[in-house]
Amino acid sequence: MDNYRVALDAIFHALSDPTRRAVVQRLGAGPATVSDLSKPFDMALPSFMKHMRVLEESGLVSSSKSGRVRTCTLEQDKLAAAERWFEEQRALWSNRYENLDKLLEQLQGDVNGS
Amino acid sequence: MVAKLQFDFVVDKENSTLTVTREFAGPRQLVWDCHTQSALLDRWFAPKPLSTKTKHMEFKEGGYWHYAMVTPDGQAYWSRVDYLAIRPIDSYATLDGFTDETGVVNPDMPRSRWDVTFSDLREHTLVTTVVHYNSPEDVQKVIDMGMKEGMTSTLERLDELLLTLRG
Repeated sequence: MDNYRVALDAIFHALSDPTRRAVVQRLGAGPATVSDLSKPFDMALPSFMKHMRVLEESGLVSSSKSGRVRTCTLEQDKLAAAERWFEEQRALWSNRYENLDKLLEQLQGDVNGS
Repeated sequence: MVAKLQFDFVVDKENSTLTVTREFAGPRQLVWDCHTQSALLDRWFAPKPLSTKTKHMEFKEGGYWHYAMVTPDGQAYWSRVDYLAIRPIDSYATLDGFTDETGVVNPDMPRSRWDVTFSDLREHTLVTTVVHYNSPEDVQKVIDMGMKEGMTSTLERLDELLLTLRG
C-alpha cells in the first residue's frame, strides 16, 4: 500500500499543473520532441524542462536522446494504468453517491413538504 | 447543504478488493429502497453525465437487475447484477457482470462479487460495499479492457477527474 501511495502522490503532483496536463494530453497522441512539446507554451526552455522532469520522475513520461533531439513518450505501463483505474473507480463512486445525496434530499423533501 | 459525509475508498491489491464506505443523510429504510428499487436506482446509479436505464428488475434471491449506463450521445453500456443473498434492510450480496442488450453475460470478462451492508449511524445510514474480484489477474483484465477503450478518452477525462478528487 505504501508503494502504491507514493506512486500515486507523484502522479497527482505531476498532473496538478495545467502545463504538465497539456503535455500529457499531447503525448497521448504519440511521442514528441521536447522542442515540439514546448512550442505551445510561452515559457523559457529551462522552466519547461522543470515540468518535464516532474513528469519523468512520476513515471508518466519517459524520454530518450538521439543527437541533440530528446523525444518523450507517454508511459502507458500497467502500473500507471492500474493507478488511474483505481482513481477512476473512486471518482465514479464519489460521483454516483453525490447523485444519491441529492435523491435522498428530494425524497425526504417530498415527505416533509406534504 | 448537508454537512461533510464520511467517504472512504480503500484498494487492497493483494486481496483484489475495493471497499467503499459512505454515510448518507437519510434513514436506513430509505437508503435501502434507493439501492433496491429500480425506479430509484435509475435516478442515481450512473455517474454524471451518464444516466441509468433499467430493462429488468427482480429484487429477490435468484433474481437480477439488468440495466444500462447511457452516455449523453446515446451509447449504452449494459450490465447485470444477480442477487445472491438478501437480508432486508441489513445487507445483500450480488454478482456483477458485463452483458449485451439481451442480458447475456460476457464470458470473457471477469465478474465481481459485491457485499453491500447497511447500518445506522445516529440518524444517518452507513453503507459499506466490498467489491471482490477472483484474482489480481481478473483486476488486470478489467483494467486492460479500460485501456483498450482508449487512452485518449481517459486523458480527456483527467481534468474532470482531478476536480472530483479535490472536491
